[in-house]
Amino acid sequence: MGPILAIDPLLDGKLLWTPLLIVLLKVLVVFVVGLVATMLMVWFERKVIAGMQNRVGPNKAGPFGLLQTLADGTKLFLKEDLIPDRADRFVFKLAPYLAFVPAFLAFAIIPLGGDYRNGNGGMVEIFGHQTRVQLADPPVGVLFALAISAIAVYGIMLAGWASGSKYPLLGSVRASAQMVSYEAALGLSIACVLLVAGTMSTSGIVNLQGSIGNWNVVTTGFVPFFIFVIAATAELNRPPFDLVEAEQELVGGFNTEYASIRFALFYLAEFMNTITMSALIVTLFFGGPQPVSIGSTTLDIPLIPNALEGTVWLLLKVLVFLYVYVWFRATLPRFRYDQLMDLGWKLLIPASLGWFMLLAAQRVGEDEGWDRVVVTTVTALVLIGGYALMQLAMKVSRDNRDRDGASF
Amino acid sequence: MELFVFVAAALMAVVGSLGVVTRSNPVHAAMSLVLTLFGVAVLFVQQGAHFLAAVQIIVYAGAIVVLFLFVIMLLGVDRAENLRIEPLAGQRIVAGAVGAAMVGLLTAAVLTSESAVTVSGQGLNSTALDSPDANVKQLAESIFGDNVFAFEITSVLLLVAVVGTVILARRLPKQAEATQ
Repeated sequence: MGPILAIDPLLDGKLLWTPLLIVLLKVLVVFVVGLVATMLMVWFERKVIAGMQNRVGPNKAGPFGLLQTLADGTKLFLKEDLIPDRADRFVFKLAPYLAFVPAFLAFAIIPLGGDYRNGNGGMVEIFGHQTRVQLADPPVGVLFALAISAIAVYGIMLAGWASGSKYPLLGSVRASAQMVSYEAALGLSIACVLLVAGTMSTSGIVNLQGSIGNWNVVTTGFVPFFIFVIAATAELNRPPFDLVEAEQELVGGFNTEYASIRFALFYLAEFMNTITMSALIVTLFFGGPQPVSIGSTTLDIPLIPNALEGTVWLLLKVLVFLYVYVWFRATLPRFRYDQLMDLGWKLLIPASLGWFMLLAAQRVGEDEGWDRVVVTTVTALVLIGGYALMQLAMKVSRDNRDRDGASF
Repeated sequence: MELFVFVAAALMAVVGSLGVVTRSNPVHAAMSLVLTLFGVAVLFVQQGAHFLAAVQIIVYAGAIVVLFLFVIMLLGVDRAENLRIEPLAGQRIVAGAVGAAMVGLLTAAVLTSESAVTVSGQGLNSTALDSPDANVKQLAESIFGDNVFAFEITSVLLLVAVVGTVILARRLPKQAEATQ
């Protein structure tokens, strides 16, 4: 087999029926888990927000209103499907899929479980074959996630453009500017993790985070984690960065003209992306399916075999971040557009770049055997100098703007 | 299998690039360009250049074409153009001739130096190819080691381009007064 199929150790060598079936099974499981998780996430979000706002939330369909999303989805299937007269028909129909497919693709590289203890490296045995509980483990796993999040913007952008009306177009122009801006901060904070981990494969990154002291959130010094969470929220177009669909300004943003199942696909993609991004945060910074352990004591969930325990831990960790995202939405007011751009370009990108430099200097210092204190002091001084220069540049540009009255 | 993937990816690239030149709507043309970029990325993966494929998608499809689309939408030049009007006389004949010459040149180059094309990763350190991160290490050694000067010069060039754009786009106070 060529290198294209070497992304899974199962597919090395001769192609046999069992490995092929295992891979197909994994594809099916990932797809179904994605759909069901999205359904539950919509319910979870509505219920938690309702709780925070002192309401009851969905409680009619099924126990605790669990089936509300299913009922809404079924209803959307039966609604009339509109295509506006001035729409670009082909792109209008294509856009929902461009949003939906990347949302599922990104899920493929997340380690969804497996036994990472005792040097097992996340391998489990199914039908006598060693495999990972993850659809694909390409050597550039993390970059794959970044690439997927980079192309996810097309769905939103083209949807807004193809609608042939003003508000969706404004929404999609905002979306493209926002997502391209925050992509840089996202990438730089991922680069910090890659620098510390020394590998780009997601299972490799998880494998290195055995105990809390080894979690990348600690080893990269917390700053990249916070930058990643903020940039990810902006990439997801979730509140407080939901300017793309700011209801008060843009009616419904990019999806104003969409109805029926096409709208449902956008909705699905949005929630799916939230889940994937939370899982990515857990994978990169919090040890993914690794059990929580302090030093050499590991919290062990009794009665569950090690291979399954990973999935439980991943679920618990992801739930924390899903809750955080819902919490953001319930508590934080929306940013103004200039505040959004200021935060992205003047704070997050310089901060992540500076932190990346600090980590790189530490690594070089370790290799060359330099004094750690000296390296840190020099880097900190350089960072402060850089910050002062940036402030000076911004002050000059502000003064110029005040004097000239220039429009940008 | 290898052949199938190659044919599919090559078709994607060729159909996409034909779309770029034949679509009259700029947005459709930009989307065809994305199709081409994806086709080329698949070909990269097939050659084992995973890192290059990921960067191709992140940088070209994820940033550059998005910026194209952003400008097209922001400036409102997204109306279909009439392709029958020829702004420069004789442009099409010349373009066709140059294109044909290019195809001829490339074909000749491939046919006469087949060995140079089939040798993979020439000039790169090909030890430890089996390591999953070999891609990145080799590229890093090549860019930041062997060709560091060219790399740094290129980044200076980009910086000059950025500064130049800002200077060109900026209204100086004197000019602003003169126009009033």
